Amino acid sequence: MRPVVLWTDAVLFLQVAAALAYAWRAARAPHLAATWSQTFKDPAGAAAAVVLAVFLAIGLADSVHFRLRLPDVAGSAPAYSPVTTSLLDLALAHQLEGAESTYSAPLATRAFEKQTIVTEQGVKREYPRLQHAARDLADPARQWRADVLTRAALGAAAGLAATACLAALAAFALARRTGGGWTQAARRIAAGRTTYPLRAVLATVAALCVLSGVIASLTLEYHVFGTDRVGNDLLALVLKSVRTGLVIGTMTTLVTMPIAAGLGLAAGYLGGIIDEVIQYVVTVINSIPYVLLIAAGVLILVIYLDAHPDQFPTAAERTDARLFFLCVILGMTTWTDLCRLIRGEVLKLRELEFVQAAHAFGVPAARIMRVHLLPNVMHVVLINIVINFSSLVLAEAILSYVGVGVDPSMASFGTLINTARFELGREPVIWWTLATAFTFMFALVLAANVFADSVRDAFDPRTARR
Amino acid sequence: MLAFTLRRVLYSVLVLLGVNAVTFVLFFAVNTPDDMARMQLGRRITAEAIERWKAQQGYDKPLFLNARAPGLHKLTDTVFYVTTARAMSLDMGRTNEGIVISEELRHRIVPSMMIAVPTLLLVVFASIATGLGLILYRGTGLERSGVIGLVALMSISTLFFIITGQFVFARVLQLMPISGFVAGRSSPLFVALPVLVLLLAYLGPEARLFRAIFLEELGKDYVRTARAKGLSELGVMGHVLRNSLIPIITSSGLLLPVVFTSTIVTETFFTIPGLGSFTIEGITQQDFNIVRAVVFVGSTLYIVAFLLTDLAYGWADPRVRVK
Repeated sequence: MRPVVLWTDAVLFLQVAAALAYAWRAARAPHLAATWSQTFKDPAGAAAAVVLAVFLAIGLADSVHFRLRLPDVAGSAPAYSPVTTSLLDLALAHQLEGAESTYSAPLATRAFEKQTIVTEQGVKREYPRLQHAARDLADPARQWRADVLTRAALGAAAGLAATACLAALAAFALARRTGGGWTQAARRIAAGRTTYPLRAVLATVAALCVLSGVIASLTLEYHVFGTDRVGNDLLALVLKSVRTGLVIGTMTTLVTMPIAAGLGLAAGYLGGIIDEVIQYVVTVINSIPYVLLIAAGVLILVIYLDAHPDQFPTAAERTDARLFFLCVILGMTTWTDLCRLIRGEVLKLRELEFVQAAHAFGVPAARIMRVHLLPNVMHVVLINIVINFSSLVLAEAILSYVGVGVDPSMASFGTLINTARFELGREPVIWWTLATAFTFMFALVLAANVFADSVRDAFDPRTARR
Repeated sequence: MLAFTLRRVLYSVLVLLGVNAVTFVLFFAVNTPDDMARMQLGRRITAEAIERWKAQQGYDKPLFLNARAPGLHKLTDTVFYVTTARAMSLDMGRTNEGIVISEELRHRIVPSMMIAVPTLLLVVFASIATGLGLILYRGTGLERSGVIGLVALMSISTLFFIITGQFVFARVLQLMPISGFVAGRSSPLFVALPVLVLLLAYLGPEARLFRAIFLEELGKDYVRTARAKGLSELGVMGHVLRNSLIPIITSSGLLLPVVFTSTIVTETFFTIPGLGSFTIEGITQQDFNIVRAVVFVGSTLYIVAFLLTDLAYGWADPRVRVK
């Protein structure tokens, strides 16, 4: 196979690397270590972090892209598939290939719509059996219930076993660190008397393990969340949407960070006419309704992509470029807030002794901004990313729904909801596409909101929940 | 006071000029006048007809710099200068189809305002009530579940409220039409659902913000004094509310343009013929005059919101007035 690095892949992995580097640095700086550990000492924050980590793992698995090598034809150079695949695609191969022909309800054995079937007895109108669900059941009407329950129970048992192993590991690790026997450590975890909320974390892990165990065991023979209009498995679609949400949620703030940080630093530190001009630009951009800015930006982008098809050899690269620039466009409308926050922070910092001293020693302004001020406003950027994340994920859905979001062929919560927009109006009602998309989006955004809350509380004790 | 107001108005004009320039650049980066003519007259069209249409609409000049014109006319004899000058004298011109835009705006602003104004008032009042209620019951299970409920509410997509709202209220219960708008006595029925949706969308963040403001106020000395004098908890809340007015006004003022923009988006979901659908029309029909007019209204609203906020500060806290 031949690896493919899409733009958003590169940025996503750079982000992870940068986050790790920051964590390494923060662990060495006592004040940062203290504030960040505060976030993880909050049970809600730690539990949310676990959920976010799972979503991040799914997103990263979906960001390792490559083109599979096609079977060799004698006498020709090795050829590669025109389709870009990711690690997640490989893991979901069973679901992605097991497409039905149309809608089917969650865990269903038969299709949702009647079809004309020609048999030896003649032509019949009936609900056909699904091609990739409950294939080994002879009489689904009678056996379905027992089969589903057995599979779910097996999955839950596997999940519980995994949790038990992890809990035992945690108890042993705790016992080794604090001394004393592991039964004592287990008792302390159960009573919630640990520095970090191990009980809350383990409870979250247990819930996630059982849930994914049940889903994983059922998905071998069923469409757990049903299928959409063209018969695609919804579980696969919604898992592939996670990456889009993650990319938009984190990259948007990051790609415009240089502008926001540069202008914010300049406005705050240099002041005077420069400050006036930057403030003016910020006000002008803020006072344009953001929907118009985004719509105009996306239209420009689409025109560009249509005019230069040669720059994007595969469809994946094209949709990825659109996603990348959508982040830039979204960032163009949101950088003003970050800029204002950084300016405010710099106004406070520049009166402090170390900046005054640097100024007195004749250090040039550019160097002061880069060496003394920038590192000290980085936490504002980081908190801003965390806080903006959830609203950006929600915004993506709305923009895709209006038609100025990601490419319609890209899996995302917005496109998923958009394709299902008229399903509730049908008779009988098709609820599962919307339910699946909204549930996963809710889980992601809720975890992000809860985590953002504990980050904010740790960095700004004034607003702490008393 | 007069000097302050004058300065603010001048600055507002400057911001409007900037907004106009940005809109112009963005719009003409997407559509050239030739595209617009073809959009308007159809694909099969002679070059002369395009030229005639451009001359008629005033798009036959260079966009920014007319190199062939003498002296100062290099700058004034351009599409940018002419359209900007017209907009600044509040003449919005006509759509490509010849409809007078200011007339159209007057019709269309009615349903938009019927959504935006009640939403704004309801959000502010509901958030204050929720915030105060949570504070009154602080330390109890009611507060805990309330705070959790608000975070959950914040995490639900607006699309969910729109889709399920239309399904439950319009389809199952048949209390109101699914979408559309009719002026007159039945119009409240049409805007009820959009208002409810926007209220739910903004209640979470706003109520949480107000609760945090009240909490901070609650830690101050005058609260302790008031309690020591034996004031009831409700009376204390009265003091807290009065003293929290400034941050409440700030966030409510910031909410006005946000609600306006959300109204634009919400209208398209409910196919209400307000400013939102006008905007979408302008974008899809590549009509610069429409886009500019709506942006103009939107940014004026933003600027007015800021002016109102500043004036409200003086009303809420007489100490501000001195400066």
